[in-house]
Amino acid sequence: MVSTGARVGVVTFPGSLDDRDALDAVTFMGGTGVALWHASHDLEGVDAVILPGGFSYGDYLRCGAIAGKAAIMQEIRAFAERGGPVLGICNGFQILCESGLLPGALIRNRSLQFICKDVWLRVESSQTAVTAGMEPGETIEVPIKHGEGQFVATAEQLEQIEGEGRVVFRYATSAGLVDETSNPNGSIGNIAGVRNDRGNVIGLMPHPEHAVDPDVGPTGGQGMFASLLATALEGALR
Amino acid sequence: MTFTFEVLVTLKAGLADPAGKAVEAALPTMGWTTVHDVHVGKHIKLTVEGPDETAARAQVEEIAQRLLSNPVIENYRVLDQPEA
Repeated sequence: MVSTGARVGVVTFPGSLDDRDALDAVTFMGGTGVALWHASHDLEGVDAVILPGGFSYGDYLRCGAIAGKAAIMQEIRAFAERGGPVLGICNGFQILCESGLLPGALIRNRSLQFICKDVWLRVESSQTAVTAGMEPGETIEVPIKHGEGQFVATAEQLEQIEGEGRVVFRYATSAGLVDETSNPNGSIGNIAGVRNDRGNVIGLMPHPEHAVDPDVGPTGGQGMFASLLATALEGALR
Repeated sequence: MTFTFEVLVTLKAGLADPAGKAVEAALPTMGWTTVHDVHVGKHIKLTVEGPDETAARAQVEEIAQRLLSNPVIENYRVLDQPEA
């Protein structure tokens, strides 16, 4: 694919697992991946940032708790405040919640078991950096692989998330029906991903970076990366 | 001066506590059949430098709020009588 020129940084924390896959997905979709380091204060001028999946700091204390306070998170917070696109995937979502950039928290799956399978998501909002090219109601297939992916929030947070349309993805059937059987982990309201008020910070438990190359499985992550690269490029041109 | 504190972090009521459940499930096989509502939390011990205990405790309270616990899912308590 022709390079769009968008430079996307992927942060590696001690214990990150999916940083390489995220970089590969950026390349596959026509962007330029830039490896970033958790202990650095340098975002290297990237146009978007991805916090990848894994088990940062061994998930000690709580998933994402220590990574949420890492040196580079100060820069990512400032980048997000300037409107820069930030995507947190799985552990990255947990890190964004722990750092206060997104509302809510992720706790142990309702089944108490680690779940690894492909699921369907219904797009709830196109007002984000990763769904700008999608339609609400559209469904995509992507894998999940997590033990602590049950989204919870305080009553006030939930009212705001739902009231302001901040749910980005819900677990659903392939036809887009949001029901109990399509909820893999017990997340409240089948919530798989949420956004901040401006829509430039997004977190989700499923893994779009594992779902871009048709040779290795479903391709439901392509639209998210295409949107992220397009949004990143707009920012770069601004 | 240094002051040692202990912080207890517990899951809020109603949240899944698989560690507590696993312990509870092990008890009947050992003969304890009347134990219910078992919960497992975290215990964190810290030694803090400060001019006095009040200042040191205030620091620990802030650490407990901002790092050791997540207010969405957990409660914390700084113990009154820390171990020497």
